[in-house]
Order: sequence, then C-alpha cells, then structure tokens
Amino acid sequence: MPKLYTGAEIVFKCLEEQKVSHIFGYPGGAVLPIYDELKNHTSIKHILVRHEQGAGHAAEGYARSSGKPGVVLVTSGPGATNVVTALTDAYMDSVPLVCISGQVPTHLIGTDAFQECDTTGITRPCTKHNWLVKDIKDLQRVMYEAFEVATTGRPGPVLVDIPKDIQFAKTKYVSLKKEKKIEIKNKNRFNQKDIDKLIELMNKASKPIFYTGGGVINSGPKASELLRELVSLTGFPITSTLQGLGSYPGEDNQFLGMLGMHGTFEANNAMHDCDLLINIGARFDDRITGKIDEFSPKSKKVHIDIDPSSINKIIKVDLAIVGDVTDVIKLTTKTLKRKNLNLEKSNKQKISKWWQQIQKWRTKQSLNFINSDKIIKPQHAVQRLYELTKNQDTFITTEVGQHQMWAAQHYKFNKPNRWMTSGGLGTMGYGLPAAIGVQVANPNKLVVDVAGEASILMTMQEISTAIQYNLPIKIFILNNQYMGMVRQWQELLHEKNYSESYSEALPDFVKLAEAYGCVGIRAENPDELDKKIEEMISVDKPVIFDCLVDQAENCFPMIPSGKPHNQMLLGPKDQEENKITGKGKALV
Amino acid sequence: MPKSRSAYSTPTKVSKLETHIIVVWVANEASVLSRVVGLFSGRGYNIESLAVAEVDQKNNLSRITIVTTGTPEVIEQIVLQLKKLVPVHKVGNFKRDDKNVIFKEMALFKVVGNSIKINKALNACKNYNPVILDQTKKSAVIQITALRREVDKMAKNLKSHGLISVSRTGAVAMTRGAEIFN
Repeated sequence: MPKLYTGAEIVFKCLEEQKVSHIFGYPGGAVLPIYDELKNHTSIKHILVRHEQGAGHAAEGYARSSGKPGVVLVTSGPGATNVVTALTDAYMDSVPLVCISGQVPTHLIGTDAFQECDTTGITRPCTKHNWLVKDIKDLQRVMYEAFEVATTGRPGPVLVDIPKDIQFAKTKYVSLKKEKKIEIKNKNRFNQKDIDKLIELMNKASKPIFYTGGGVINSGPKASELLRELVSLTGFPITSTLQGLGSYPGEDNQFLGMLGMHGTFEANNAMHDCDLLINIGARFDDRITGKIDEFSPKSKKVHIDIDPSSINKIIKVDLAIVGDVTDVIKLTTKTLKRKNLNLEKSNKQKISKWWQQIQKWRTKQSLNFINSDKIIKPQHAVQRLYELTKNQDTFITTEVGQHQMWAAQHYKFNKPNRWMTSGGLGTMGYGLPAAIGVQVANPNKLVVDVAGEASILMTMQEISTAIQYNLPIKIFILNNQYMGMVRQWQELLHEKNYSESYSEALPDFVKLAEAYGCVGIRAENPDELDKKIEEMISVDKPVIFDCLVDQAENCFPMIPSGKPHNQMLLGPKDQEENKITGKGKALV
Repeated sequence: MPKSRSAYSTPTKVSKLETHIIVVWVANEASVLSRVVGLFSGRGYNIESLAVAEVDQKNNLSRITIVTTGTPEVIEQIVLQLKKLVPVHKVGNFKRDDKNVIFKEMALFKVVGNSIKINKALNACKNYNPVILDQTKKSAVIQITALRREVDKMAKNLKSHGLISVSRTGAVAMTRGAEIFN
C-alpha cells in the first residue's frame, strides 16, 4: 500500500519539485489546510502581505527580477477577487505567475456559500489558463501543468482553484519529473529559410533599425547577450520599448533610447523614416505605434515573436519569424558570420548616411528640460538617483504615471531584469509590492521604487510587509501633489480644468514612515538632494523618500494623439519656438 | 456627444467583412465552451451561430462550429487566439462560400391549421428534406435541413401557413471528398 498524501501535502510536494523557494500570500478559511502544512516544508518561505493585490505584484517583481515563476497563495472569495488586478497585470506584461486559491468545499460550490465566488469564471479572461480541481486525483497533474503553462511559450499567469475538501482528501503521489513533457504550444516554428530572408533584407537595407521589447527579457539573460552581439555585428541603431529596457545598454552609442508616446525624438523619427524595421519580441502596442496608417510607412517589417497571435495583429509585417528570441538571434548571428565575414565594414559604410541623419535628430536633445536651482525638477531627481546608484547593481520598480516615464527616460539600464514596471495594464500601486518581490529574490541588492505620491497610496500598506521581513526597499516618491499624468493631459487637452487630480490631505510621508517603523527622508530643494539620496542608500532599512518636486512639470517629448512618429511635441524650449495653434492643441 | 479630445487613437480604415466558419476541436472538459465563447466576447468578435457537441467519446473530443463575421485581419486573429487556448486541439477556418465545404443547419417548425394548410407548408419545404416529426388534426412539427438563408426564408414564408414556433440549430460543417481537415 503506497503512502497517501493529503491535497495540501501534494501542493507543497509539487512546489518543492518545481524548486519554489518563496510564496507570497494571505491566509483565510478556505486555504487553512494548506497553511497548516506550511510548517512541514522548510525550503519554502512564505511572505505574508497586507492585501492580496500586493501578493500578486510582489510575485510579479520576484518573477521579473529572477526569471523564475512567482507563486501566490490566497483564500477564496475576496482573496481571489483582490488578486485579479495583479493577474491581469501579469497577463498584459507576460509575467509567469502561479496563483493557488482556496475554494469552498465542492459540495457547497454554487450555493452562494460564505466567501464563495466563481474564481475560475472571474479569472478566465486574465489568465493563460485556470483549473478548478474537483478530484484529488487530478491535483498533481494540474499543479504540474500550471507551472508548464505559466513558464513556456509566451509566459503568463495561471490559477489553480482548490476546494477545501480536496485539500484534506488523500491520494498517491508519484514524481512526474520523468514523465514525458506535455506538448508545448507555440514553440519555435521558424527555420533557416526565414533567417536567410531576414539576412537578405538586412543586406539590402540602408536605413535599418532594431525595435526590441520585453520578449528579449523574457527569453532569458542569454537573449540580451546575443542581442548585443547582433547589434554590434550589424552596426544598426536600436530602440527599445518600455518593457525591453535593459536588454541593451542604455548608455551605448547605438542605442537611441526608448520609443513611443514618451520616447526620444531620434528613436521615433528613426522608426518613421527607416526602410527596415526589425521587431524583436515587441507587440506594436498603441503607445508605440501612434497613428497606425502612418506608422513607419517606408519600411519592410520583420517581426520576431514567440506568440503567433502577436504577428499581424496590429501592423501587417513582411516577414514573420515565430520562435524564441534567443534561438532566432543565435541562428541569425551564426548565419551572418558564415555568409558575410566583412559585413561590419560594408554595412557601416552603407548605413553611414543613416547614422548622420540620426545624429541630427539627436542634437534636438529631446529629453532636455529647464533645470532650476530653487525647486527640484523631477527629471533632475531621477538623473541624480541614477548617477548616485549606477556604481552598484540597482533594481528599479515604478508605479504608473509621469514619474514612470521620467524613470524610463532618465535612468539608464545596462542589464536585463533590472527594470520592473507595469506597462500593459498601467497599474498604479504596482511598484511598492513589486519592489518587495524584487528584494526577496535579490537579498543584498539595492531596490528602488520610483513612485508618485498618488500611486504609492494605493498599496501603501505593503511597507508593513517590507518591515516584517527586513526588506530594505527604497520608496523614492516624486511628490508633486497631483496625479501628474492626469494633470498633464488636463492641462494640454482639457483647458486646464484640473478635475479631481489634486490630492488634498496627503499624509506627511516622513511621519508615516516612522509610524510604520522605517525611515522617512524629505528633500525640499536641489541643494540637499544628493546628500539625502546618499543617506537613503546608506540606510539598511526600508526608506520612504519624499522628494518634493515642481508641481507643474510636464513629461516631454510626447506623440500627440492621432499623430505619427515624426510629429512629436517637444519640451518647453522647443514649444516657445513653434507655438501650437488652437487646432493643433485640440489634436493632442 | 462631442468627440473626446484626449482619445489617443481613432479607428483607421476598415477592410471588407467576410463570413467564415470556424471549426474548433477541443478537449471536452468543464468550462471549455465558456473559454471559447469568452474569447469572442472579450475581444469583441462576433458569433452568428454556434453548434457544439462531443464527437469522440474515447478521446474526449468535442467539436465546436462557429459562424462569424469579421475583416480578414480579425478572422486571422480569431484563429490564432483560439489556437492559444490550452484545451484547443486544432482549428479549421473556412470561408462561407468555399465550394469544398458543406454547411447545414437544422430547423423545427410548428405549424397550426387544418390539413390543407399543413400540406401547403410541407410543400413549401420540399427542397429542404422535410420530415414530419409529429402530427395532429390541428398541427404538425416539420424538420428541415438547409442553409442559414434558406431557413431564414422558410421561417418567413411559413408565417402565412400557420407557423407559430421555430427552433433551429447553428450551422455544422464538413469538407467534401475523401479528405479530412488536419
């Protein structure tokens, strides 16, 4: 008679088999058997959050900074509904999460029982797949499949809903490791012919550009190494989406900066005027393309993606290569080297005119701003943060809004997995819990959440989690007392009607920090900024840094609504020179 | 309502609509239909008709036939998105005017009236394989199999012959000849 295990034991055996070391969660009635089992599995550490949304974002931060799937454990009903925002966020940004939720006992399902909700129904549109385990015999297979689905192909969140009676029920457990792997959907489908076509296009091009995205990061650190080799081999310029930052060194001369709505002038103009656009692991998001009809009108387009449904979804491409970025770049580089040994030279001559044009765009210095010695400019604050932290391996998370764009523009990343931001869903309140997850995965590294004072209040409670587990995260708040991006749009597009975008009665963040038991620091003028940032870095405790910045600063450059890439709105200096007329303003 | 000024993008030119029949082979498991249907509603695709039943008990396979209308780009997305669903085994995509594919719908008509009326109704259906499933002195239930537009037409025409109730299925489809879709 083989040994029988309870459902709760099987859950942990599966987690151990998947080498899970941390889970983020919050207990409740319907997951108590699983929580009861926790004490018997010392290799798995549980991080108790203060709200289930925080557990989800922390697991996202953990996953994005470590490359391993994040694991979340929540109870039924409100536990499950609270985690929905984080699941949707992970779905949009392709982050592998495995969420385990408790459910009322099977015989109570459908009776409107206490803390019952249709969890699999609610999470169906925001997960890659989900399971309601109604038979203990299915549990082990489902847990195995859950990790498989979350981490393969285009990664994403999955949810396993386990009724309480199933957690108590007993069955056999056999290690699944040696069994045949289940068929993986959407793996490599490209072949040498596709690569040959790509190289032919690359040889013909005189104005090429690489446009890279989060797919490069998701493909693993090797992909970033290979990308650097490919870019240097070809001499082509490269731009990156918000999610792709870090896959290519931010300070390298071939890097044009981020593209899109708040991207650089040179990156967006190069996208518009190029004759060959090579998209590696990005998805032509609407914040990237601007007006679709006039998107990069003169270029041949190549799209490399692991998800076939991303191809031709928004922009029709000339060459589609379905595959893992690492594998595609590897074969491309190999073929390039074999076919054309002095490609570097010949290409560089061919595209030298293109580089001259790019240099011209660069002289616009579109990220410039008018600095002040009286008041801290938010861009200046991010630049100082970068200068004072670039000597160490720093991880940055953000909330959502102006501060997020300024961080993306002015903080330069040299390595992948160092930049965690909510891009697709745009979830305010993402950064603090994400920073907790990042710090858990990278215990001795500096983790900074570049935040806004409005976003941070959405998940403020998680600072308590950081204190409980001695996670010395730094919350760097660019405090302008406004929901800055809302305020900016209202200024530019709604006749300065600042409807409900001013936060009255903000807390005193320094006192708040003290109340939570961490350190509060406030910077009020540019003179003290550096000293205070250094103080923040040196404290080995969580810090809330209240950086009082210019309330009226806007985030430029910007592609106005309904406009193509080559019609950017630049900062205040440039606006003085080209005053926007009434009609143009309405189009922003 | 005035057009919002802060709308970031405006819809661009739309290509011509086409009607397609999408055939989906899925694992017959709980909630698989809602995954498929939820994909359509969540992404704003349109379902004209839907037919679903288990076709292979041993392998636990169901076959879902969906008639949908969309631009060629949307149809391509539907197929690719369906293929991403975990329980989906394969997806077939046929244009409605594809000569190599047979489409059929079944309809039940309840006609009330005297025998003359009922006979007239039956006669009107003669091209669509009519079968009388139930008959009384005052009524009859007639089954026909036909194309969607033919069923539409009959449902309209039989009104004058005492039609009081219509029940119909979604379209099912199969390729002609010896080949099967792979």
